[in-house]
Amino acid sequence: MASVACFTFRRRELLNKMSSSNLELDLDRPNIEDYLTTDSIQEPRGKLRLRDLLDISPTLTEAGGAIVDDSFTRCFKSNPPEPWNWNVYLFPLWCLGVVVRYGILFPVRVLILTLGWIIFLSCYIPVHLLLKGHDKLRKKLERGLVELICSFFVASWTGVVKYHGPRPCARPKQVFVANHTSMIDFIILEQMTAFAVIMQKHPGWVGLLQSTILESVGCIWFNRSEAKDREIVARKLREHVEGPDNNPLLIFPEGTCVNNHYTVMFKKGAFELGSTVCPIAIKYNKIFVDAFWNSKKQSFTTHLLQLMTSWAVVCDVWYLEPQNMKPGETPIEFAERVREIISARAGIKMVPWDGFLKYSRPSPKHRERKQQAFAESVLRRLEDK
Amino acid sequence: MGSASSTLTQYDIEDVQQHCNNLFSQQEIVSLYKRFCQLDRTAKGFISADEFLSVPEFAMNPLSQRLLKMVDGLNFKDFVIFLSAFSAKASMPQKIEIIFKVYDSDYNGKVTFKDIMEVLRDLSGSYMSDKQIEEVLIKVMQEAGYSKDSSLLLDDFVKILEHPGLKMEVEVPVD
Repeated sequence: MASVACFTFRRRELLNKMSSSNLELDLDRPNIEDYLTTDSIQEPRGKLRLRDLLDISPTLTEAGGAIVDDSFTRCFKSNPPEPWNWNVYLFPLWCLGVVVRYGILFPVRVLILTLGWIIFLSCYIPVHLLLKGHDKLRKKLERGLVELICSFFVASWTGVVKYHGPRPCARPKQVFVANHTSMIDFIILEQMTAFAVIMQKHPGWVGLLQSTILESVGCIWFNRSEAKDREIVARKLREHVEGPDNNPLLIFPEGTCVNNHYTVMFKKGAFELGSTVCPIAIKYNKIFVDAFWNSKKQSFTTHLLQLMTSWAVVCDVWYLEPQNMKPGETPIEFAERVREIISARAGIKMVPWDGFLKYSRPSPKHRERKQQAFAESVLRRLEDK
Repeated sequence: MGSASSTLTQYDIEDVQQHCNNLFSQQEIVSLYKRFCQLDRTAKGFISADEFLSVPEFAMNPLSQRLLKMVDGLNFKDFVIFLSAFSAKASMPQKIEIIFKVYDSDYNGKVTFKDIMEVLRDLSGSYMSDKQIEEVLIKVMQEAGYSKDSSLLLDDFVKILEHPGLKMEVEVPVD
């Protein structure tokens, strides 16, 4: 339908014009026109009549559609597994499974984890305190120890992780980005390479670990709720990347945990540091447990316990080809391109939403765009005779 | 079905289906129930305005505040009845009735010039001045045979809006 194509083209023009005039807007710009059904956007033509002004059915249809189903909520839905243990033969087997998982596997895993912590702390504390003067050696040992404790963690959920692609190496001017499903993403990647990661500061025992051990690998903290924080964080990122002795930096550009079936928009912060970006794709296999951490529904401790009482955590990690910003590409286009690469490799869909909408309302400029389109259409048709 | 428990009995489904005049199939009602429970995060039995606004696509809609007045605090049965106007099987007058209700914000059965102006203000935001809206509206209303002081009733709306091109349908995903 040429008229519909014309209209969507016009809207794209309008959106492009608006977004280039204010770079700040680009951070959460969704490509809504890709997601609206074409039959709700009719190219209005001809003389303006009362019927055209009163007919709010397209707008109402969009609202109704959003009430019934929307792609944003779908990203954070943790699908409960279908019950399969419902017959005479399978149910006792399942009960036996529960006994094994909770009665045998779980205590063994707790033991392994405790052992790991004992070994780790008995090596880490002396190294940290005694080798204060020999920084290079101390950092090397600390790195190895952090990788060790992460391996213990992964073993404690019987993590079956398949790594594909060349292992990351520490080179200057490079950052690693990955899609985010749970905080265990970090642990899985960390057991292979001691990354410095940028994460949200958490309360409780996680926060304690963050401020002590993770500090030594060079981690950076941010606080989602602080607006000024963005500039400080951007500065810290840049400083880290430029330092030659720092551990390679790992960033989760989605900014929040998503359910591993979709990716939300990547924040541009990681893509405007002028470094090479190495994408990492992580895909969990839900066969034994769903590794998605729904932070609104469960605490991290509950999440870990859930993992430790399931059979295994199976996942694939792909280290993908490093990407550089192409000439003439904006950081946002770069971010979207890398997101496409990661989503394609992990076999997950992309949605045009900003992950932070989980915590806040969309900014008024989205509504303003629709209003502008409406106003222009009415005024234009007024000219038509 | 006072509190949103996660099980819906066959009796409940048929009850709701009857109330919405069979505009939704039983499968669609089950899907809508799942959606209702998903939006009603604290399992109160109704969806609050805040929970509706947590759907970004809804919050961005220029008519969201008007619709919120109509859907805020509805229990599941009324939620389905509201959405039934968006079913493909709903009749044209039913769809036009919901459009009328969006305009008639004081529920007095009449839509005045002022009511229409307010909706147009919501739709055009800061991109059209009040003067421009008034001019356009007076012009088209006169051409249709109405004056600035006319009050439109539901029948007028049906007369004006009813045409085969009017489509207001939403598909309920059935998995």
